[in-house]
Amino acid sequence: MENLLNIFVKSIFIDNMIFAYFLGMCSYLAVSKTVKTSFGLGIAVVFVLTITVPVDYLIEKYMLKPGALTWLSPEFADVDLSFLSFIIFIAVIASMVQIVEMVVEKFSPSLYSSLGIFLPLIAVNCAILGGSLFMSEREYANVAEATVFGLGSGIGWLLAIVGIAAIREKIKYSDIPAPLRGIGITFIITGLMGLAFMGFMGIKL
Amino acid sequence: MDKNSNKYIFIYSVAMVVIVALVLTSISVFLQPKQKKNIDLEKKRNILSAIKIEYDKNDVEKVFDEYIIEMFVINTEGERIEGINPLEINLKDQLKDSPENQKWPIYIASMPNGEKSYIFSFYGTGLWGPIWGYVALKEDFNTVTGAYFDHKSETPGLGAEIATENFQMKFTGKTIFNENGEFVSIDVRKGGVGNDIHAVDAISGGTITSTGLKNMLHSCFSAYLKFIEKNKN
Amino acid sequence: MLSKKNLKLLIDPINKNNPITVQVLGICSALAVTVKMKPAFVMALSVIFVVGISNFIISLLRNGIPKRIRIIVQLVVIASLVIIVDQFLKAYVFDVSKQLSVFVGLIITNCIVMGRLEAFAMANSPGKSFLDGIGNGAGYGAILIIVSFFRELFGSGTIWNYRVVPQSWYEAGYSNNGLMILPPMALIIVGIIIWVQRSKNRDLIEKN
Repeated sequence: MENLLNIFVKSIFIDNMIFAYFLGMCSYLAVSKTVKTSFGLGIAVVFVLTITVPVDYLIEKYMLKPGALTWLSPEFADVDLSFLSFIIFIAVIASMVQIVEMVVEKFSPSLYSSLGIFLPLIAVNCAILGGSLFMSEREYANVAEATVFGLGSGIGWLLAIVGIAAIREKIKYSDIPAPLRGIGITFIITGLMGLAFMGFMGIKL
Repeated sequence: MDKNSNKYIFIYSVAMVVIVALVLTSISVFLQPKQKKNIDLEKKRNILSAIKIEYDKNDVEKVFDEYIIEMFVINTEGERIEGINPLEINLKDQLKDSPENQKWPIYIASMPNGEKSYIFSFYGTGLWGPIWGYVALKEDFNTVTGAYFDHKSETPGLGAEIATENFQMKFTGKTIFNENGEFVSIDVRKGGVGNDIHAVDAISGGTITSTGLKNMLHSCFSAYLKFIEKNKN
Repeated sequence: MLSKKNLKLLIDPINKNNPITVQVLGICSALAVTVKMKPAFVMALSVIFVVGISNFIISLLRNGIPKRIRIIVQLVVIASLVIIVDQFLKAYVFDVSKQLSVFVGLIITNCIVMGRLEAFAMANSPGKSFLDGIGNGAGYGAILIIVSFFRELFGSGTIWNYRVVPQSWYEAGYSNNGLMILPPMALIIVGIIIWVQRSKNRDLIEKN
């Protein structure tokens, strides 16, 4: 339990997808002009990460790792498919996004109307593939840890994009040097926000 | 043929999957030996660091073969198991196994001063992820000649300090048995270590990593204990 | 061999149409590897390779790809190339590949690659697409290398692992700027690069 909490807090604040690893920067920069849309995209990222990370975890554990196929037949003990992980992860993500989109559309049209437009964007969001790759690199012990990591990373990303959107809404009225307007100042502000987030580094649970 | 017909799409995807699978598999098979060798080389470098032998990047193999005169695998009963290359043992997988099935690697080095040194392998968890390392003992199976630790994701400046030479130097000369010959391992604790020859100072701000390190030393030494006691006298 | 038009395809993305500072694509994965120049350089080469070759392949296939599975085909081509790069890095530059860790895999979702495939390779001949890919990869790599140059110089006092700040400076009280090693500084440096570039090239300024 303590461990799960640790992973959760760490993935939100310390290993923040945006501030520590710059993942999902493209949509972060493109969609952060207003708080409302960025919140929508943020929620969609949380949603998709919480689903794809554990699914990829299971696939890696029972299909890709060296010896993972022994549950089929002991003869496969030497099979190592881990070199395929990139392609399988991205395929899983693309199809999960599709499935999520269809399910949401069927069962909750209201949620679909607010999330729907963002879902297709997400398949190629680095934060999603990054989530799965970090999950595999950090070798989480079980599905629960992987899920919590996915959820935490998503929330961290949501926090970052909503934060920058709020600042950008205000900063529209400031007198910024012309060459720095728009994207330039957004980079610098993100850097400063990242510095503030570094304050969480010392956190111990 | 109509490019948007289901038949065309189906044939197209099957052909694509087959070609991609063939290309990727052949590249992976072709490069695997080289990748394996890199992983071996890194292990060898770490082992040499544990006994404080200087090496040049390009002749790690040569230096390793020169100093490491014997390497083998034991079980937790301290018996040798033949036919397994110790470099291929992955402690992480071993630790998942029950103790009676575990296999532990041992490397014996002939030091420049003519003494022998026994190098043991370690694996445990720190604050954020795995930590691992090698500790070398003198011929008396008691005094530490040197230690090497590394980690995957400990906090830089705090827990990550275990990978620095300054911290690892503190282990040299410590002993793992007390005067009565009982196994005490090496404690890693905060403050008051003074002249205690069974303990080193923990890293300030890296409490959980230090505790993890202490637990790792204790549990892995315990696995080697039967072997050590057999050879000690 | 290189006509003026083709040369333009190659040169434009390095400055006037830089994928990072002007098109704002593909910042995602790469900034995390700019602490030192060597991994940044290897990353830049990998991206150039992936963008160039995938542009070439997709352009070759562009008339045969069924519309409905277009994106999947593109993803498969990119992902396979990235796997190939990753396997080669692991085999020949093991140390660097350890530092790059997951970021090699993230080239797959680097928006530059997908963006160029959609915007250029689907409509142009293989030769041109290849040049366009190389140009965009190089524009991207240029930013990586500039950022890593400053971060390594001020953060570690070295360039390409060679010490350039003399020992006597340290003795006189100079110390490395630890802030440069932290991730946020990469963003601030990119911000400054954009500032410099846009003050020289006024027509790039956003209205806003």
